[in-house]
Amino acid sequence: MTRSQIYTGRSIYPGAAEGEALVTSMGISFFGGVDPDSGVIVEKGHELEGQSVAGKILVFPTGKGSTVGSYTLYRLSKAGLAPAAIVNAECEPITAVGCIIAEIPCIDQVPIERLSTGDHLRLDGESGQLEITP
Amino acid sequence: MHLTPEEQSMLAGEQGKADQKAMQILETLGRIYGADRMLPVSSVQISGVSYDNLGDAGLEWLSEMAEGGGRARVLTTLNPAGMDIENWDRLGIPPEFAEKQHRVIDAFARMGVITTCTCTPYLAGNTPSFGEPIAWAESSAVCYANSVIGARTNREGGPGALAASLTGRTPEYGMHLDDNRQPGMTIDVQAQLSDTADFGALGKAIGERLESLGRKAIPYITGIDSASMEQLKSFCASIATYGGLPMFHMQGVTPEAGDHTPPTDRITIAAADLDSARQSLIDASPDEVDFVSLGCPHLSIDEVARIADLLRGKRVVKEFWITTSRPVKALADQMGYAAIIEASGAKFAVDTCCVVAPIRGRFHAMSTDSAKACYYAYSKNKFRTRLLDFDQVVREAVGEG
Repeated sequence: MTRSQIYTGRSIYPGAAEGEALVTSMGISFFGGVDPDSGVIVEKGHELEGQSVAGKILVFPTGKGSTVGSYTLYRLSKAGLAPAAIVNAECEPITAVGCIIAEIPCIDQVPIERLSTGDHLRLDGESGQLEITP
Repeated sequence: MHLTPEEQSMLAGEQGKADQKAMQILETLGRIYGADRMLPVSSVQISGVSYDNLGDAGLEWLSEMAEGGGRARVLTTLNPAGMDIENWDRLGIPPEFAEKQHRVIDAFARMGVITTCTCTPYLAGNTPSFGEPIAWAESSAVCYANSVIGARTNREGGPGALAASLTGRTPEYGMHLDDNRQPGMTIDVQAQLSDTADFGALGKAIGERLESLGRKAIPYITGIDSASMEQLKSFCASIATYGGLPMFHMQGVTPEAGDHTPPTDRITIAAADLDSARQSLIDASPDEVDFVSLGCPHLSIDEVARIADLLRGKRVVKEFWITTSRPVKALADQMGYAAIIEASGAKFAVDTCCVVAPIRGRFHAMSTDSAKACYYAYSKNKFRTRLLDFDQVVREAVGEG
């Protein structure tokens, strides 16, 4: 049995979360790229096109697109469709502000290439600690 | 990051929920960008005002901030809304949209924000002074503030700007620091520029050239002896749109240019480059144009006076929107310009513009003097465009094109 692995990143927004990872190596644009009414990624040609972010620990390198995207995370959260947490390689203001206003735990500066969709993750947004449990 | 006791108190929630959220945003942005401290700001310009961009999510968040006790601590103005706040009906805006847009404006008003909806706050009473730290969103106004006024601001997003307003603070990084305002490349302009459309084309030519070179350098522009406020606002809008630039220096024109020597790294913009930038924004014939718009960025009173001069005694044959701020419109009313313009059949679209109004699908091709307006007409609304000189735009609207 493999042991759990722990990485320590940087805290963006505090809060604890545990759940299944949804991982992409592509950037995400929350404005236009994610349907605010369903939580489904709708950007044409995106690796995660057609998949819902709801309740997942969403792992992607960095955000992109319009700054209005922050509000999409807020709306998803109000509808109970937000990711349980967000993990970035390098967080930028759209995602950071979105997580703050939607109160989604968020960390960055962890080696996301070592994470895979379906991994079971435990995250502490305050300390920046991320644990991959077997 | 060092926070003062006052800032720590906001972050701890001792000054209300809205201020706490605001300080969380600023503190996080500060950490991401490596700021050491907060700076007091004297002026804020907020973007994300059109309901077309905000949607219900944005409206809900703004309402929550207003209910959470958020109050502007410094002079704060707004970007254009999705409609003329008074005459939306006449411009064909649906009532459901108008209702939501009014709720957005109301939320800002409850927070003590001055609800002038304009991309030219510097023409509507929000005019910072040289060297002042400010927090502005709206890319064209950011470029104008940094370059032409010499105030200091990053390119804020909507929530970051609102956070600055509610706390009176912004993290010290980016354009607030001397090092980041240094020019990195000389742009030698070897062409004659006369119209606002020329300056828009120049912004596109420079912005795209720097992008293609993969250079994020602040340009040091030589070869332009003088430029009017209107020409500079057109240039700022364009270079911010096509190059994503927060600032430029223009030798003999902008206030910080004299502090620097022209960088040795140098490119030339020739007359042919300017011409090809202009031509690249013309893909419709005069006959195809069914929408004419002046006022991106919002018109100055001098520009409105010019339009009145050109429209006196004439009738427009196309839908013609004249977009400006409410204070400029009030002055146009007082001077009789508005009466002349409206008698021609042209319409004032105050508080809004052709970039943020919900007009997709209503028109097919647009004539304008604004390179920035052409970009959004194409990318957001799928219109074809004609970039023309200012006077020529008016002539086309009256069928003399």
